[in-house]
Amino acid sequence: MKSFEFYEPTTLAEASRLFAEEHAQLLAGGTDIIIGMKALTETPQSVVSLQKIPGLDGITTDGDSINIGAMTTVREVELSGDVQQHHTALAEGASEIGSIQIRNLATIGGNIAHASPAADTVAGLLVADAQVDIASADGERSVPIDELFTGPGQTVLTPGEIITRFRLPSPASGSHYIKHKIREVMDLAFIGVAAAINMDNGTITDARIGLAAVAPTPIRATEAEDLLKGNAPTPELLEQAGEAAAAGCSPISDLRCSAEHRREMVDVLTRRTLQYALERASA
Amino acid sequence: MAKLPVSLTINSDEHDLLIEPRKTLLAVLRDTVGLTGTKEGCSTGDCGACTVIVDGKAVTSCMVLAVTASGKEITTIEGLASDGELHPVQQAFINTGGYQCGFCTPGFIMASKALIDENPDRTEEEFRHALGGNICRCTGYTKILEAVLKAAEEIRTTA
Repeated sequence: MKSFEFYEPTTLAEASRLFAEEHAQLLAGGTDIIIGMKALTETPQSVVSLQKIPGLDGITTDGDSINIGAMTTVREVELSGDVQQHHTALAEGASEIGSIQIRNLATIGGNIAHASPAADTVAGLLVADAQVDIASADGERSVPIDELFTGPGQTVLTPGEIITRFRLPSPASGSHYIKHKIREVMDLAFIGVAAAINMDNGTITDARIGLAAVAPTPIRATEAEDLLKGNAPTPELLEQAGEAAAAGCSPISDLRCSAEHRREMVDVLTRRTLQYALERASA
Repeated sequence: MAKLPVSLTINSDEHDLLIEPRKTLLAVLRDTVGLTGTKEGCSTGDCGACTVIVDGKAVTSCMVLAVTASGKEITTIEGLASDGELHPVQQAFINTGGYQCGFCTPGFIMASKALIDENPDRTEEEFRHALGGNICRCTGYTKILEAVLKAAEEIRTTA
């Protein structure tokens, strides 16, 4: 690892100012960037830790809304009763990251800011319609999670902008996340699929589907969602939704699996994830 | 860059050190403090050999900058025994033969201790899953799992 200047600011304004400088790197949990720094793929001149800034971690509720601080570890997200109950897909996604030792370090803000299309918390945040609160020296703004990413490793964040919080506005009556992988733990997703469903009297009133690792950014399967809304769930409808989700993605082939396999599995796993979400919504 | 003053509480002993920011907690434990029980395996968080307990939580010390551990309570494998008595998890690993070459053992023991502290009532399947971040390249998993279950049982019944 190359040498760097190390800063531990205690305010967001100070952190933003330091982070806006050239070749500065933010440190949240460190589980992504320390690997990069050891491999010399990341050679920041300064590292700005967020760990000493008060108020950036923890999960709070505000009416129906659940707020998750960006510095909350993914282990806390996984174990939170509120997240498990109201945003099951997000808790399940968090539980799929690395090992417990890594989840005790890694933060949800880091998982999202790293902007991997395969991030395990992203599909759950997509189907929760999460709002991403962002702070900088110039003030604050908020971006819907589906508008945050612009490409692999790329976001709309400008120099000095720091993700502070995720706001999950309304609970889904049932949601579920499936990670398609080889190993039980310590694996990256071939694809990740989350679904969240609201039901009223046997009719799907709202459906949200989030897909990870099947496009340059994590995406919502909006055509599949539109097919579901306003209808009663039938096997035929779920089949159509799976096909629509597969048609709407643009996966690549890499050393993990082929684009064809990914597209086929989006079809299968969208259907399967919807079934689980529907069971939970009807329970 | 210049070294920074860092105060680490390791196995209840305070260490006031001057540390380069790029040094990991693992490197400082082994090379600066001389506690070589914690092992360096992959150095990328995949193998769990470097597992230590920080403020009650098991973490891979290869992925922690030592400067960020200032003021925190760190427990390593050297800190488990007390008054000449091995910790029940250590003793269970010995009694069941839960080790072969022994390189992964400190990491497995620290991860297991944190798991049992958190919840000793896990099933075999749950312990197996929760220890997924620790790798034994001798592949002695059967005995390791047996040791963890025995330790959990002992801690449950004596608690």
